[in-house]
Amino acid sequence: MKAVLRNSWRAALLPVAVILVAQIAATVTQLESDSLASPLAIVSAFFSILADGSLMRATQDTLMAAFCGCVLGVCAGSLLGVVLGLFRLADDLLDLTIELLRPVPVVALIPVVMMLLGFGARMEIVIIALGLLWPSVVLARAAVKDVEPRLMEVSAVLQLRFSARLTKIVLPAILPQLFMSLKLAAGYALVVAVTVEITANPFGLGYGIMMAQQALRPAEMFAYLIWIGAIGWLVSLMLDAVQRRFFPAFSRGETR
Amino acid sequence: MSHLSMRKLVLGILGLAAFILVWKAVTDAKLVSPIFFPSPERTWAALVKGLAGGPLLAQTVETIQRMLLGWLLASLVGIMLGALIGISRRARVFIAPTLELLRPLPASAMIPIAIAFLGFSDQMVLVVIAFGALWPMLLATIHGFSAMEPRLYEVSAVLGLNRLQVIWKLALPSALPMILASLRLGLTISLILAVVGEMLASREGLGQSILLASRSFRSADLFAGIVILGAIGLVGSRLLSMAERRLLRWQAAAR
Repeated sequence: MKAVLRNSWRAALLPVAVILVAQIAATVTQLESDSLASPLAIVSAFFSILADGSLMRATQDTLMAAFCGCVLGVCAGSLLGVVLGLFRLADDLLDLTIELLRPVPVVALIPVVMMLLGFGARMEIVIIALGLLWPSVVLARAAVKDVEPRLMEVSAVLQLRFSARLTKIVLPAILPQLFMSLKLAAGYALVVAVTVEITANPFGLGYGIMMAQQALRPAEMFAYLIWIGAIGWLVSLMLDAVQRRFFPAFSRGETR
Repeated sequence: MSHLSMRKLVLGILGLAAFILVWKAVTDAKLVSPIFFPSPERTWAALVKGLAGGPLLAQTVETIQRMLLGWLLASLVGIMLGALIGISRRARVFIAPTLELLRPLPASAMIPIAIAFLGFSDQMVLVVIAFGALWPMLLATIHGFSAMEPRLYEVSAVLGLNRLQVIWKLALPSALPMILASLRLGLTISLILAVVGEMLASREGLGQSILLASRSFRSADLFAGIVILGAIGLVGSRLLSMAERRLLRWQAAAR
């Protein structure tokens, strides 16, 4: 307990010191700038966008899009990955094509999807799902190929039908890896969501921070930035907790 | 073994051919309007025309330059800072938690901040790329240093090595696998941020080119740009994987 306390004191020292120095510097120089803001001004800007509801609305839009895109992308990708992992012929047929499509940066798809769907939540969800598709395929495929071969032999001996083999042998065996893939995807979904909003979509937190910059309100801009960081951090913290709760053995192996 | 990879290659090419045929069938049947979705032939024609004398070649060079410059900057700063923080236990205890706190922050969220300071300029794009690609390298180096076999530190104390020698002779080689993996991740991030930066700041390059193509509904040019971006990503990560295998040969041999 004492060690934890000492360590958290040390961990907190740097951020607290930076905030204090920034505040002192801002007060001493009587800061008035289009790009910088004092910590106190950032806090008051945060509460004002919180009070007028714009922050919560933007957060809801971004999280909703990230969530839908994440679920869609991970489900479709994992499904394809499981099929590729089970059938070698399909894997060999599609491997080259996937390897060629995978490196296309997801932001390059923004103009295409924008042209097809216009602005809005739908376009953002599709881009997020496309961005998460390939990583999910690769992770699920690797997980299926890693399933203990004897389990597959057992399923052959028992003459399980394909659906039974899938639900009784393969899916339970790869569940921890699928959750791991979901965890990685959730963080990435948030990044892609904010990127799409900053680049194109007039919607959500990314648009909020962009507007704050263009309106030359640096305090509001930094308030958005810190809030975006906090949300990313909270989401990863939450998923870590879920993983520890449901897949304790797996998360122990991961930190080893 | 060679028989096996032969099978993989033949089937892979068959699969790719089928993919292109399906693409062609979809566009020929006009399932999606050709304004939005060009056929493979039109994409190919736009690609050839753009690269031979058209503007695509110059834009590609521009984007690759931007990506590489930002990536090199991030690698240099990331590994150096990481080494400085990683080598000292005290620095790790004080600084690493703050870095972990900042890590989930999307790199693109820094774009408005960079615009506020630098305006819509090439420097702004470069700073955003370097900042975004910095994190994997920095954290991998710190992590690699702290995961070094403790006995190696003891050996270095016995041999009377100074701190610089410890970094160069022991810590960097032992952190190399992690650093190399992060370099590949960093390159991917650099390409993404280069494209985003060009789109937002209207700087010359593929990002701006595909955005303009989509605004004027030149879908063939848009797809040609996407094909090139995919090729850049593919070649970059393949080259780095090859370097990784070469540089880590000693490790495989030691096992």
